[in-house]
Amino acid sequence: MAYSSILDWIQFRDMMANPFYPYDTYNLPFDISYKLWEILGGLIAWLVNLIIPGNGLSTWLISDEVSNAFALILFMVVIFLVAFVVTLLSLWMERKVLGRLMDRRGTMIGLKGFLQNVADGLKTFMKENVIPRRVDKMTYMWTVSLVIGTSVLIACMIPLSERWYVVSYGTGLLIIMAIFALAPFFILVSGWAQNNKYSLIGGMRAAELMISYEVPMLIMIATTCLMAGSFSIFDIVNMQGDTVWFFIPQIIGFITFIFCATAEAERVPFDIAEAEAELVEGWQTEYAGMKWGLIMLADYLRGYVSCAMVVIMYLGGWLIPFASDGINGLLPEVVFLTKVWIVFFAMVILRGALARVRTDQIVNIGWKVFMPLSVVNLAVVLLLKFGGVF
Amino acid sequence: MADEIYQAPSVQEISDLLTDKFSGKVEITRTAERRVYAKAEKDSIYEVCRYIHDNLTFEQATSIMGNDMKDHMEVIYHLSNYFTGVMIELTVKLPADDLHIRSVAEIWGGGDWHERETYELFGIIFDGHPKLKRLLTPDTYEFYPFRKSYKLRGQE
Amino acid sequence: MMSRDIIDVKAETSALNTQKMWVIMGPQHPFSHGLWTLKAQLDGEIVVDAEPIIGYLHRGWEKECENRTYPKIIPMADRLCYAASMTYTHLYCMTVEKALGIDIPEKAKYIRIMADEICRIQSHLMWLAAVGTDLGNLTVFLWAMREREFFMDLNVRMCGARMTTNFPRIGGVRNDIDDEFAMFATRCVERFEKALWDIIAMVDDSSIFVSRMKGTGILTRERCANLGITGPAMRGTGVDFDVRRDDPYDNYDQMDFVVPVLKDGDSYSRYRVRIEEMFQSCKIIKQALQKVKAIGRNAPYRLKVPSKVPAGRAFMRMEDPRGESMMYLVSDGSEKPYRLKVRSPIFVNVSAAKPLVQGCRIADVPAVMAMIDMCLGETDR
Repeated sequence: MAYSSILDWIQFRDMMANPFYPYDTYNLPFDISYKLWEILGGLIAWLVNLIIPGNGLSTWLISDEVSNAFALILFMVVIFLVAFVVTLLSLWMERKVLGRLMDRRGTMIGLKGFLQNVADGLKTFMKENVIPRRVDKMTYMWTVSLVIGTSVLIACMIPLSERWYVVSYGTGLLIIMAIFALAPFFILVSGWAQNNKYSLIGGMRAAELMISYEVPMLIMIATTCLMAGSFSIFDIVNMQGDTVWFFIPQIIGFITFIFCATAEAERVPFDIAEAEAELVEGWQTEYAGMKWGLIMLADYLRGYVSCAMVVIMYLGGWLIPFASDGINGLLPEVVFLTKVWIVFFAMVILRGALARVRTDQIVNIGWKVFMPLSVVNLAVVLLLKFGGVF
Repeated sequence: MADEIYQAPSVQEISDLLTDKFSGKVEITRTAERRVYAKAEKDSIYEVCRYIHDNLTFEQATSIMGNDMKDHMEVIYHLSNYFTGVMIELTVKLPADDLHIRSVAEIWGGGDWHERETYELFGIIFDGHPKLKRLLTPDTYEFYPFRKSYKLRGQE
Repeated sequence: MMSRDIIDVKAETSALNTQKMWVIMGPQHPFSHGLWTLKAQLDGEIVVDAEPIIGYLHRGWEKECENRTYPKIIPMADRLCYAASMTYTHLYCMTVEKALGIDIPEKAKYIRIMADEICRIQSHLMWLAAVGTDLGNLTVFLWAMREREFFMDLNVRMCGARMTTNFPRIGGVRNDIDDEFAMFATRCVERFEKALWDIIAMVDDSSIFVSRMKGTGILTRERCANLGITGPAMRGTGVDFDVRRDDPYDNYDQMDFVVPVLKDGDSYSRYRVRIEEMFQSCKIIKQALQKVKAIGRNAPYRLKVPSKVPAGRAFMRMEDPRGESMMYLVSDGSEKPYRLKVRSPIFVNVSAAKPLVQGCRIADVPAVMAMIDMCLGETDR
C-alpha cells in the first residue's frame, strides 16, 4: 500500500456541491464549520489510515453525509460562540460606559477591563451550588433552565447577515418574538417555585410587566411586517435597502419600540421584576452561584436580541446606504453588530440616567402611552401604504 | 374643654396659666428664655399634658425619659411648641414602690416609643399604653439595664 | 330556596379570595440603610400594615457614659452617627457647658457652626446617594458621593480626620482654623453650589424620578407634628420650625439663612427641602468664615474648664441634619455624668413608619423611608 499524503484526505471540497447541504444559499458559519471539519476529519482519517491502511473508518469520516453531520455540530459551537462573545462585549461596554457616566473608570482588569467579565464568569462557576431546602425542586431547576435556554436560542437565531443565519424562515421575526415572550411565564412559575416572598412578587411583576408592553410591541412588529410585506427578516432588511430605513417613516414606532425592547430585556427603567431596592433581587433571589451567573448571561443575551430587533426592524439591518450591499460588501456582520452596539449604547445611557418605574406606572405607560403611539404608527404606515409610497 | 386656645403662648403666660389651672398639682420651679421648668403630680399628669397639648398648642413631645434617683424614679417630659420655640420641662416623681404612671401616647403619637424605651430601661409602667413591650433590648430580658442597681463592669 | 342559592354563589365568586402576607424587610435587606427591620403586610403590592423593629445596634450608650469622665464621652458622641459626627459632639459639649454655666469664645462658636454645616451637607449628600439607589439609579449615588468627598477633605483640613472627627471640646474646639482652610472652604463651597445643580438637573428634570416621589408617604401637618417627626421630613410636611432659627444655640441667631418649608407633605417636598437646606448650609459656611476672619487670628478658641460639673441638670437641643436632637444631663457633682439622655430624631421618625408607608406600594417603601434618612447608630444608641 502506497503512502497517502494528508492532502489526499483534506480536499476542501465545495460544500454547496454536497447533496446533504442544508441551505439553499451560501451560509458563512456553515462554510467555516465545514472547512473546520475538512481539516479536523481529514486529519483523523489520515492518521487512522496511516495505522491501519485501507480501513473503512477513514473513508466514512470524509464521506458527504458524515462531513455534513459533524459540520453541523461545529456550526452550533461557532454560532453560540459568536453570540457569547457579542454578549460579553456588550457587557463590557455597559460596564465601561456606565462607569464613565458615573464619573468612575469601570472595570480595569486586563484588556481595558474586558477580562473582568471572564473572571466574573469563572467566579460564578466556582461558587457553591446552593439550593434552598424547601423549594419546589423540579420547577425551580426547569424554569431557570428554560429561561436561559430560550434566551440562548433566540440569541443564536438572530441572523447577522444574509450569509450568517441559522434557519431562514419565512416567518423569522414572528418566531423570534414568540420565543422571546416565553421567558416571563417561566419567571412567573419560577417565582412561585422558590418559596420566597420576594421571588413571588418578582414573578408576579414579570407577568405584570409583560401584559403592559407585549401588545404594543406586537402591534409595532405587525406594522413593520405590513410595511415590508413579509415576516421574513431578509425581506424586511432588503426592503429597507430598496426604499429607506424604516425608522424614517416609522419614527414614532422606532422610539416606542426602543422602550418596549428595553422592557423586554428587563433593563432599567423597566427592571421591576428584579428591583433590588425593595425585592432584594426579585425572582433571582434564591438562585446562587452558577445559576445566577447564567441568568445574568441570559439577561444580556436578551438585551442583545432586543437591540438586534431594533436594528433589523428600523435601522436597515446589515445594510449601509450608498455602499455596495449584499454579501460582497463591507463585512455585513460587522456592520450589523456595530449597529446593535450603538442601540445598546443608547440603552446603557437610559440606564445611567433613569430611575426604576413603579408597577402601576409601567402598566399606565404601556396602555396609555405605548399602545396609542403604536396604533398611530400603524395608521401612519397604512396611509403610506395606501398612498402608494411603499 | 371650653378654655381659650393659645397658639403661641409666652413663657409668662404658660407659667401663669399652668399655675392657675392646676394649682397644687403643677409647680413652676423656674423659667428662662424660651424655657419653662415645672414639677407635676403623678396623678394629674394626663390632664396637665392634655391641657398643654390642646390649649397651649404644644404639638410635640420631644422627649420622655426616665431617671433613677436611687430612692425614687423620675419621668421627665420635654414638650415643645412649634410657633415660639418654647419648651416645657415637666418632672414627675415616682415613688420606688409604685412605678406606674398614665401614658400620654394617645396625646402625642411621638411619645409612644419614648415610653416603651423608658419602660424597658427603667421598668416604669405606663398605664394605658397601646403596646408596652421591649423595644431596644431582646424580649427575653428580665432586668432593667438603666437602673442604678444594674452595675456595669468597672462600676464599684 | 332557589334564589338564595344564586345569591350565595354570587357572593362567593365576587369576593376575590386574596390573602395578605407579611414581608420582612431587613435587617439584611438592601433597602434598610443600617440594621433595622420593617415588617410590612402586603395586599398584592399595597402595604396595609407595617411595623418597624429596631434594637439590633443597641449598645447601652447612655449607660456607658455614666461610667466615663466628661472628656472621654466626646469621642463616643462621634460614634452616635458617623454621617454627621460633629453635630452630636457639638450637642454634647453644649450640654456640658450649659451645666457648667460657661460661655465659650465667639470664635469657637463660629467654628462649631461651620463644622455643623459641613456635616449637614455631608449627611444630606449621603442621603441623596441613598435616595438614588432606592429609586434604582446608581448615577445619583456616585455623583452625590463624589461631592461628599470634597467635604470630607474639608473635614481633614479642619481637624485631621474624615468621619469620626473628635473635634469640638467642652469649652471650645480642638484647634483653630487657618487661612488655608478658609481659602479651601470658600473654593469648595462655591464649587459645590454649582455642582449640586448637576444632580438637581438629573433628578428634578426626570419625570420618572419625580413621579416616583410625588404623592407618596403623604402626611398632614398636624399628624406629622403629633407623631414627632422632626427635621427636613417635618419641614417638607408644612411645619415651619427649625431649632437653629426659632431656638438658636451658639451664634445661629447672627446668621442669615432661610428655613425652607413646603406644604405638600409628600416625599418630593421632603426631597426639595433637603436640597434647599444644602444651599442654605453653604451660605452659612461662607458667613461663618467671614466672621471668623473678622475676629482675628489670635483670638482664643478654647477655654479651660473644670473636670467636675456642679450638681444640677441641663438640656440642650439642636438641629441635627436629620431632625431635632436633644441631650439631657443630670450631674451629681462628680467627674462622671449621673445620667445622660440622648433624644435621637430618627428614633422618633422611624416610629412613624407605619403611617408613612401605609397605603403605599411596596416599590415606594424604600423611597418613602429614604426621606427619613435612617441612621441606626443614633437610633439604637
